[in-house]
Amino acid sequence: MKPLLKAEGLEVSFGGVKAADGVNLTIHEGEFVAIIGPNGSGKTTFLNLCTGYLRPSSGTVWLEDRKITAMAPRLIARKGIARAFQIPQLFTDHTVIENVMLALAAHRNIWEALTPLNRPAYVEEAMELLELLGLEEHAKTIAGTLPEGLRKLADVTVAMALRPRLLLLDEPTSGVSALERFPLMDTLMKAMRAQNITALFVEHDMEIVEKYADRVVVWDSGQVMAEGRPDTVMKDPRVLKSVVGAL
Amino acid sequence: MTRFHIILATGLVAMVLAPLVFPSIQFVLTIAMAKGFAALGVALLLRAGLISLGHAMFFAAGAYGAAFLATRLGVTDILLILLLSTVLATVVGLIVGMFLVRYRAIFFAMLNLAVSMVAYSLVSKFYGITGGTDGIGVPVPTVFGAVLDKAAFDNLLYYLALVLVVVVGVFVHRYLHSPLGHALSAVHTNEVRLEYLGVSAWSALLVGYGISAALAGLGGAIAATSIGHVLPEYAFWTESGHFVLTAVLGGIAGIAGPLLGSIFLEVVHTAAVGYFAEAWNMIVGITLLVVIFFLPRGLFGLVEKLSGIKDHQGEPKL
Amino acid sequence: MLQTIIPLLVDALANAALIFFVAVGLTLVFSVLRILNVAHGSLYSIGAYVAASVGLWIVAAGLPEWLTFPALLLSAAFVALLFGPLIEKTLVRWTYDKSEAVQVLVTFGLFLILEDLQRMVFGVQSVYQDTPMSLLGISQIGGIVYLNYQLLLIALAIVVLIALKVFIAYSRTGKLLAAVVADREVSQAMGIDTGKMFVIAFTIGVFLAALGGALATPTSGVSPGLGAETMVLAFAVAAVGGLGQVEGAALASIIVAMAKVLAIYFAPALDAVAPYLVMLVVLIVRPYGLFGSGATRRI
Repeated sequence: MKPLLKAEGLEVSFGGVKAADGVNLTIHEGEFVAIIGPNGSGKTTFLNLCTGYLRPSSGTVWLEDRKITAMAPRLIARKGIARAFQIPQLFTDHTVIENVMLALAAHRNIWEALTPLNRPAYVEEAMELLELLGLEEHAKTIAGTLPEGLRKLADVTVAMALRPRLLLLDEPTSGVSALERFPLMDTLMKAMRAQNITALFVEHDMEIVEKYADRVVVWDSGQVMAEGRPDTVMKDPRVLKSVVGAL
Repeated sequence: MTRFHIILATGLVAMVLAPLVFPSIQFVLTIAMAKGFAALGVALLLRAGLISLGHAMFFAAGAYGAAFLATRLGVTDILLILLLSTVLATVVGLIVGMFLVRYRAIFFAMLNLAVSMVAYSLVSKFYGITGGTDGIGVPVPTVFGAVLDKAAFDNLLYYLALVLVVVVGVFVHRYLHSPLGHALSAVHTNEVRLEYLGVSAWSALLVGYGISAALAGLGGAIAATSIGHVLPEYAFWTESGHFVLTAVLGGIAGIAGPLLGSIFLEVVHTAAVGYFAEAWNMIVGITLLVVIFFLPRGLFGLVEKLSGIKDHQGEPKL
Repeated sequence: MLQTIIPLLVDALANAALIFFVAVGLTLVFSVLRILNVAHGSLYSIGAYVAASVGLWIVAAGLPEWLTFPALLLSAAFVALLFGPLIEKTLVRWTYDKSEAVQVLVTFGLFLILEDLQRMVFGVQSVYQDTPMSLLGISQIGGIVYLNYQLLLIALAIVVLIALKVFIAYSRTGKLLAAVVADREVSQAMGIDTGKMFVIAFTIGVFLAALGGALATPTSGVSPGLGAETMVLAFAVAAVGGLGQVEGAALASIIVAMAKVLAIYFAPALDAVAPYLVMLVVLIVRPYGLFGSGATRRI
């Protein structure tokens, strides 16, 4: 398997607290990797470091053989890393399909000032994506008025419309009722498989991680504490103590 | 054709006929269209959530551009004057915008104010170049080499301005529905997401800022050739405030809104000048407050109501 | 050398004092209410008109001339108590949960109303009332002539600055205000009556603006359009100092006044531009002003 994203010795701290303390991690092409760990262990910080929202005080992030450390988020996005957020980030005054079409335009060519965004090619492509995630009925809904669970799906759809090589998902099932979690993950997995997307997702729910992740990375105090296949990692007593105990 | 289009067409026909029926209103409507362009420019930025208290400087740039072209540079053709003045205002807008579109909220408003006040004070002070507080007289431009008397030129300018309203309106409409135009309003609702889409908010805003400066400059050039005189007051901050006010009064949801607001203000002003000259600002101020409190979508909201448009969720908000 | 520098300095500081009163009022209102009051300059000119009118009346009525001094202060207090609570409770309060654009527009509407109101009440003539200045006369120290009124202005500005700091640091109301500035939501949750704090802060702001206007009348009089001019100057100073920063406003007043006075002496063409040039330069280097800090955005 080819390494796609590689983090080497990432360090960053906020007011004396080390949110990343020498993080080394590699994501391979085609993998679906989960990050778990207690609150405040630095999971979201890692996503922020990979997407350029934060600059590490030391260490390097590679996308294949290109250094992307401390590049601006929009430049990293253009290199093929897309992100879905824990709190969905949508254009709340636009419709869902417009959100997706704007992402498609951003990926193709945003520099068009006289041709409509709402063109057949974009509509068709956006509808395909929305269908894949089961949002086709909500295409014309204003994004700001969607219920929370659907907003999360819309956020993922927008990220996927960038046709990313790597998709980062920050707690895709948080804020979703326990009953809806598995169907939601099924939908996401199906969509990502269909698009051949490599993904890294932060998750709290152990059952979700065990069922869907190819590999799991356990985070603790800004460090990778353990990693491997879900069934083996979950048996590690240190992991049980840190993660399960904390939950 | 929807009811909305019928109303727009009716308005346009009314504008075509108005000077034929009431000749005295022609000048008022020309100025209304000129200021309407500037208000439209300000409205574009309001869609991006940015309030500019300095757009009078671009209006003045267009006006002074027209005056310089006509008096110093020997450019007398009206189309060339309007074109070159607009280009000048756009260039000034892009230069100023490069620095200012990094800022948001109140800082954006204040920096625009500061730059425009620098422009205002410079224009007032450098008598040798700008005529200082006396301003510059603008001779009647020629039309394709033909020399017209003032009355004939005013007629022509009115219809030229009306044609420009339609043509520019169509272009701005297309811009707002293009990917770049959507990116502009996306800055307002979610700048983080926009950056994560790989789009630079700075660039999207700079394009919007340049277009808004161009619109203000075009308005300024029309006003200068219509009035026949330019003054430093064109750039004063209260003028900028009036442009924002006009945009909001008219409504920022549609292209027609700011123009509607401008026509409304100018016509009412003219009608009221004999009776309430002393209290005009007060009337405008109260009207503004009433509109903000009770009619948040402005006059354009009324047009929408007439057209049977009820869904306003996707419209830009202040 | 000193013969030219010292009068220049006094001139600049007296100017700075007048700008400081109005700018610190603007910045105080901004820090507590988070609203930039575009009508602030009008309250300055209203203070000026009221003070000048009262002063003229005192002289015309044959009352003792020293009464013009307390009249300056009382005029400002009158304007503050009349307009402060009225404006805050009707217009400004309504905009707290609205966008900046709405806040700026509402106060701009108020500005337009107040401008015409002044014209209606006080007419369009310039008003001069320089009794306080001529009463104080001049003093001569080491061969240099000082206008005593200018020295008084400088002293008053220092008193106001210290009084504000003491008020905020030691009085109960001041501490509550500081709490609201630091965190509005938490203050509310802790049971602080934020509505009351807003009225108090706004009224103090109006008082400072009106005081600046009142104190300016003996040196420069008052005429229509003063409000609009003062507004931008106050903006410039508040922005240079950092919006919401009291000390910032003090330092910025001095910088801006210095720039203006230096321009008058060395480059007269630039005197009106100087304050805005200073503002531009400072804001390009430090976007949030000398003492300010920008808010960070959250994901």
